[in-house]
Amino acid sequence: MKLIMAIIKPSKLETVREALSGADVHGMTVSEVKGYGRQKGHSEIYRGAEYQVNFIPKLKLEIAVATAQADTVVDIIRKTAESGKIGDGKIFVFDLEQVTRIRTGETGDTAL
Amino acid sequence: MTKLSNKLMAGIFALFAIFMLASPSLAQSVDVNSAINTTLEAIGASASDAALADGATPEEAAAAASDAISTIVADTFGDRDAKIFNTLLFLIGGFLVMWMAAGFTMLETGLVRKKNVSMQALKNIALYSIAGLMFWLIGYNVMYGGEAGGFIGSFTPSNFPSPGADTADAGYSVASDWFFQMAFVAATASIVSGAVAERVRLWAFLAFTVVLTGVLYPITGMWQWGGGWLAELGFSDFAGSTLVHSVGGWAALAGVIFIGARKGKYGANGMVTPMPGSSIPLATLGMFILWMGWFGFNGASQLAMGTIADVADVSRIFANTNLAAAAGAITAMLLVQLIYKKVDVTMVINGALAGLVAITAEPLAPEVWQTLIIGGIGGAIVVFTIPLLDKLKLDDVVGAIPVHLLAGIWGTLIVAWTNSDASLITQIIGVSAIGAFTFIASSIVWLILKVTIGIRVSEEVEALGLDKSEVGVEAYPEF
Repeated sequence: MKLIMAIIKPSKLETVREALSGADVHGMTVSEVKGYGRQKGHSEIYRGAEYQVNFIPKLKLEIAVATAQADTVVDIIRKTAESGKIGDGKIFVFDLEQVTRIRTGETGDTAL
Repeated sequence: MTKLSNKLMAGIFALFAIFMLASPSLAQSVDVNSAINTTLEAIGASASDAALADGATPEEAAAAASDAISTIVADTFGDRDAKIFNTLLFLIGGFLVMWMAAGFTMLETGLVRKKNVSMQALKNIALYSIAGLMFWLIGYNVMYGGEAGGFIGSFTPSNFPSPGADTADAGYSVASDWFFQMAFVAATASIVSGAVAERVRLWAFLAFTVVLTGVLYPITGMWQWGGGWLAELGFSDFAGSTLVHSVGGWAALAGVIFIGARKGKYGANGMVTPMPGSSIPLATLGMFILWMGWFGFNGASQLAMGTIADVADVSRIFANTNLAAAAGAITAMLLVQLIYKKVDVTMVINGALAGLVAITAEPLAPEVWQTLIIGGIGGAIVVFTIPLLDKLKLDDVVGAIPVHLLAGIWGTLIVAWTNSDASLITQIIGVSAIGAFTFIASSIVWLILKVTIGIRVSEEVEALGLDKSEVGVEAYPEF
């Protein structure tokens, strides 16, 4: 099993979610995060004082999938979250050791 | 119609007839009115006869008759009505200025960070209450219980006449005057709370408020509105650009100096780290509430509404007050756009308020074009002095010092331009004397508090936020 963590632009969430639900992905967790990569911050002014905003708001998606599904899911996310501009985000894939469904106690692939 | 509704109609008619017949006032008023008319005609006739006997023409005699009637009516009812209207002005003005407490609270809570919002709200509730209590306990009599041309009144509590006992000998009721003036003290105290926000200790701040509202404000207030030495000199401050706003501003400046900047606000090489407020809508709402309250602040400072001339003056004051705020807001907006290419809404808020402060010293005399200049320059002052304070590393969270102290000084000095009874020299004397006294006295109080109980929270508390540490109630626990 794999845990796919994708950092995407907030405006892309609906597009990504819709595409993934068509690909048999049963759930995901979304958090509001801030970050930067090559898309550096920008400057703002508050009451006459200029300051750098270094961290941009992004969304983090965490999706647990069967190993066989991982590549497809990564591909779907990449295609739907892309805008072509700097700041589109990144996708990380982790090995997922154990999954348990809390309601029933099932583990493994059936718990995904 | 059914039998039931017929009975209903009959019943209603019967009741009406009984009321008409039995109503004594209705019967009496017919008699009283004709008695009044007869008397007035008689008064007019005797005045007309006297004039004719003196050789007046019929037109002159008729004029004399109507004059006599007007005079008698004015003397009998005018005095009573004037007292009622004067008192009404104080009551309405008083609660409008009281409502500015809500305005200050919204403005300040909106401009501090989330973690300090509860504390800011609490401070405003407390300072408004303390102001009222102190002004009753000693403040009012320190301010108004002194000798003409003097420096200080008496440290005694205020007494209000028993129910039904007040005859409004001064031209207005005793309690209405106390209530109106009390609201002004509270406004002064509120100015300080915004400047030292996010790092001041609650009880130290409230201790300072006790002294400011019980002693400092009443003393300088006595010098002018209490008939003291400044009033005798000819100093002019209609509604308190200096007595309220500068006094609050000087106290705030002293506080800001002694308490120091928020941690992390100023860095090396003049770097300034902004700490944006938690709610622009609240801050804006606060500004509008203050704007509305200012009609009471300036308008009711006419201190009389019992004649057409007076109520017309109050109307003119309302108009000037509004235009000054508008000029301040738009001027700030244009300048901020030109300088920064973006329009910082918090600066526009400050601009409107500065326009209001600037016109407060003389909202009656100026023609509209003068009002716009006065308010507009007030707005300009805050645009340039807000960053200036940062350069001097004076951390004023809400811009209280530019709005109240600096625009207040400007508004007081420019009175000499629009009010022919005022002179620039006397205005300068008043501004300086009140400034020196307030700043020095405030500094002493802040210093004493600093070395005894401490006026600033610890670094950890400041980082955690005052809400969690001193109030125990988070403002937005679910966000």
